[in-house]
Amino acid sequence: MIPAQFDYAAPATLDEALSLLAERPDDAKILAGGHSLIPAMKLRLAQPALLIDIGRVKDLSYIREEGGQIRIGAMTTHYQLESSERLREICPLLPECAASIGDVQVRNKGTIGGSLAHADPAADWPAAIISLRAELVAVSSRGERVIAADDFFVDMLTTALRPDEVLREIRINAPGGRTGQAYMKVHHPASGFAVVGVAVSLTLGADGKCSAAGVGITGVATKAYRAAQVEGALVGSTPDEQTTASAASHAADGVDANGDIYASADYRRHLAVVYARRAIAEAVAKIK
Amino acid sequence: MARYVGQRVKRTEDPRLIKGLAHYVDDIRLPDTLHVAFVRSIYAHARINGVDAGEALKAPGVVAIFTGKDVSEKIGPVPCASALPELKVPDHRVLATDKVYFVGHPIAAVVAADAYAARDAAELLMIDYEELPAVVNAEEAAQGGAVIHEQFGSNVAYKLTAGEGDIVAALASADRRIKQRIINQRLAPVAMEPRGVLARYLPGEQELTVWSSTQIPHLLRTQLALMIGIPENKLRVITPEVGGGFGSKLNVYAEEALLGWISMQLGRPAKWIETRRENMQATIHGRGQVGEIEIGCKADGTVTGLRYNVVADLGAYHQLLTPAIPTLTGLMLSGAYKIPAIQINVTGVFTNKMATDAYRGAGRPEATYVVERAIDLVAAELGLDPVAVRRRNFPAPEEFPFKTATGLFYDSGNYEGALAKALENAGYERLREEQRAAREQGRIVGIGVSTYVEICALGPSQAMPAGGWESATVRIEPTGTVTVLTGASPHGQGQETSFAQLAADELGVDMGDVTVVHGDTAIVQYGIGTFGSRATAVGGTAVFVAIEKLKEKASKIAAHMLGTDAVNVVFAEGVFSIKETKKAAAAAGDGKAADADSDEVPEPVVPVGEGPAGALPEPETEGRKKVSIQEVALAAHLARELPPDTEPGLSATYFFEPKNFTFPFGTHIAVVEIDRETGEVKFQRYVAVDDCGRVINPMLVDGQVQGGIVQSIGQALYEEVVYDEQGQLITGTLMDYAVPRAKMIPWFELDRTETPTDVNPLGVKGVGEAGTIGATPAIVNAVVDALSPFGVRHIDMPIRPEAVWRIINSSDE
Ligand SMILES: Cc1cc2nc3c(=O)[nH]c(=O)nc-3n(C[C@H](O)[C@H](O)[C@H](O)COP(=O)(O)OP(=O)(O)OC[C@H]3O[C@@H](n4cnc5c(N)ncnc54)[C@H](O)[C@@H]3O)c2cc1C
Repeated sequence: MIPAQFDYAAPATLDEALSLLAERPDDAKILAGGHSLIPAMKLRLAQPALLIDIGRVKDLSYIREEGGQIRIGAMTTHYQLESSERLREICPLLPECAASIGDVQVRNKGTIGGSLAHADPAADWPAAIISLRAELVAVSSRGERVIAADDFFVDMLTTALRPDEVLREIRINAPGGRTGQAYMKVHHPASGFAVVGVAVSLTLGADGKCSAAGVGITGVATKAYRAAQVEGALVGSTPDEQTTASAASHAADGVDANGDIYASADYRRHLAVVYARRAIAEAVAKIK
Repeated sequence: MARYVGQRVKRTEDPRLIKGLAHYVDDIRLPDTLHVAFVRSIYAHARINGVDAGEALKAPGVVAIFTGKDVSEKIGPVPCASALPELKVPDHRVLATDKVYFVGHPIAAVVAADAYAARDAAELLMIDYEELPAVVNAEEAAQGGAVIHEQFGSNVAYKLTAGEGDIVAALASADRRIKQRIINQRLAPVAMEPRGVLARYLPGEQELTVWSSTQIPHLLRTQLALMIGIPENKLRVITPEVGGGFGSKLNVYAEEALLGWISMQLGRPAKWIETRRENMQATIHGRGQVGEIEIGCKADGTVTGLRYNVVADLGAYHQLLTPAIPTLTGLMLSGAYKIPAIQINVTGVFTNKMATDAYRGAGRPEATYVVERAIDLVAAELGLDPVAVRRRNFPAPEEFPFKTATGLFYDSGNYEGALAKALENAGYERLREEQRAAREQGRIVGIGVSTYVEICALGPSQAMPAGGWESATVRIEPTGTVTVLTGASPHGQGQETSFAQLAADELGVDMGDVTVVHGDTAIVQYGIGTFGSRATAVGGTAVFVAIEKLKEKASKIAAHMLGTDAVNVVFAEGVFSIKETKKAAAAAGDGKAADADSDEVPEPVVPVGEGPAGALPEPETEGRKKVSIQEVALAAHLARELPPDTEPGLSATYFFEPKNFTFPFGTHIAVVEIDRETGEVKFQRYVAVDDCGRVINPMLVDGQVQGGIVQSIGQALYEEVVYDEQGQLITGTLMDYAVPRAKMIPWFELDRTETPTDVNPLGVKGVGEAGTIGATPAIVNAVVDALSPFGVRHIDMPIRPEAVWRIINSSDE
């Protein structure tokens, strides 16, 4: 398939990229891994006049620990996250989520920043990022700001990023104590995206009660969301089978669910409940 | 004799494919090529009040734009080869003129300097549409409402009744009669390589060459010659590498004729490569049958009669075989069983969709699904094991050739043999015990069996729209290499390997010395093509018989070289030798030492680099008792000393006309478990025993079976072409249309029985479609079996988890 005509720039620095973007915020697009943008361009659903390829900008692809936080560069590929030994130790949810995305080719090219900035309602990363209460660092030629994961996803394919902003980094407070995590997903048979994806990060206190819980759900609605009622029901309780089930039963409360030929809105809501329960149980089971 | 045949020889095609060195249509680059983009209807049904190409013509790089008005008088209609009584055949022009009939219907061809300019300009064309009510549901379309082709007064393209036996009496005499509504949903073939055409007209030579990704180069040549009006001997069709077809390239498409014609108009090469979106919209679909089964049976499970009333969703136009596909369904309604009375009533209906046509199995998967579901319905009704009901209705091996109430003669079969082996491989009894235990634990487990028969090796010309024979030429070149020209042009099946195995064994040469050439009408004698699981049974047989003819001639020349008569010469392992009479054998015992020299078979003569070019050495024959076939080939080309009345050269051509179809069969067993909470279906086991007659290359056969089962899994669980009520294609990309991926596929436990056929001397039956025919009902039967505690007797395909969940959720076990 054949995209419409576009200009292409491959700046060497982030500053250059930002000033190019500042010049044409309305018709320029950042190109990261290209695995959402290029398909949309080939179908002519997206017709940017200028592509600013940030693939050559140095220091956008990294996984670091700094100030008690995990810091991930926006251009870090799904595969880099999937294969990080360190992340498997300190935040296994990230590699687990990465591994569920597309296939090897997609994971080798696609980036976490691209996925978050694209905000596909069925993308996997948003669920994980919400459950981990991540912070997203946006930069523009005007400066830098930090956006909470909860505020980042605005609507289908819409984020809090302004047209002249680039997502530079994702920051996650490294989970401490007795924490268990899990990502569970129903793959759409055609696209491989999430029909429902549930990310759970759950910490137990010394008393065996849940001291902190993060539950992010993607695929169900027009944007990924935090299942606040599920979290509320978990925190302070002992996550046994019954508590888990009753907490999970709120996974789709008040959610305006999507439907398509594969899964109706009702069924999606039901899957959210089932997979929330399974993901919580698995997260609990993983706690050492 | 069999050094290669029967062996798992690796495909000689693969290295070039794996290394990316193969040439598909798009890999062929000619200087000065123009690129074509099509403007296609965005509506399912609309009147075109005008096409304004003004802006588009001004776009950079645009050379020409052709609309329906420009070409409809110049290019003949897209052909339909099936002739049925009172068939309504709409005038199918290569571009829409007054009306568009489906989303994707081509309206204009934009020709430009490159593919980007062509696509950009295509976006600028202004089409003035007046939307008309879309006819989407085939059953409703048959009843009335809006009419697509007004000249016919209704949407019914044909009605057809077939079958033998008194169906009314058969059903009346049954102890039980079971009815079931049954759907074979529309599917998209989705060949990995989409269609593509490159056409080059040479005005000086007045020759047109068309490269097309097709399964039928010669049939395409004939049809294009008629459509474009160029003499057939000035038209050359070349099919380079073809990346899959599954029947979708067993056709003649508007784009193929248009590209040829455009190149002739503009005197430059013209290319069009189909996009995936176009492939989903405007390459034929398959299946698309909505029907009702009625089956009658005795209390012991003996089937008395089967009726199938079916509405076939033909789409807006007939492509090459569109109306004929349901007739194949009718032919195969006896399945593997003795059914005294069978009737099919087909209503073929026009809808505002792409045409349906041959998709892997072409009418037979539909039939097998109907029959195998019906047998399971009988078992469920009578509380019998589905295996027992099958056994009760099988013909015994000695009843072959076996005549069905659909008018066929099944050539050979041992249905019990394949079933028994499959049951044993699966451990059927144990599986049933495990199922009982699993049910007690609240698990939902099902076992599905299908004992299919299919019709292959299409076929006797009497039964085919455009000839059912196949051709081969076999040559031995002066330097001893062997060239096989086959009319059965492959598109991924591996004939370059399997035909080389066959030829190498029959000629006693190395496989590496055999090249199989196909897919170029200027090189290969007329042929029919690869479809209907025919290539080896019909095309391979042509190769085999051509080799027999060639050896006959070679034997005469060899005898002459050896100074004896042909009757005294025997051929084995590539060498002609003088037959040893008792006396000669005794003499040989004495004179062994003296004969040793002349007994040696010399290396094949390879003159390259040895001696002056052109001076081929005459093989030494003085006093020899053996000559190799390569030496004979050289002698035949030098032609200095040939027996009287012998033509020089060593080549033979054979056109094989089969007397019957062949009828492969087998048993497929699927074991599934269903997630009680979500309805998701997971495979536990998949066991298949296929019998495709004699096997030339077990690896290729396995590959065909595996690929077929994968496509069956697609139909059973995932795939469906969905149009909405306005006729918009909902599944227009691979993000929506679910072709199964590797991780959705279980391990296949494959095995075989071998019951040869006597329809051809090779004993091969065909295996290209077995998987798509046998597997679909096995999977659905397994799911239905799993859900039977919920009172389920049937469930429609594709079996989406939500539907299963709703069943589990809404019923008490
Ligand atoms: C076959 C296939 C299967 C897939 N399966 C899945 C799946 O199962 N799950 C899933 O979640 N995803 C899936 N994807 C999508 C994939 O993960 C993409 O890589 C990802 O969504 C986008 O990342 P990218 O780096 O490719 O971004 P691009 O495609 O380059 O960009 C996407 C959008 O984000 C913008 N953008 C990119 N980076 C930035 C930045 N740093 N700052 C601001 N804006 C930016 C771009 O301008 C563009 O609008 C699949 C894709 C394909 C092709």
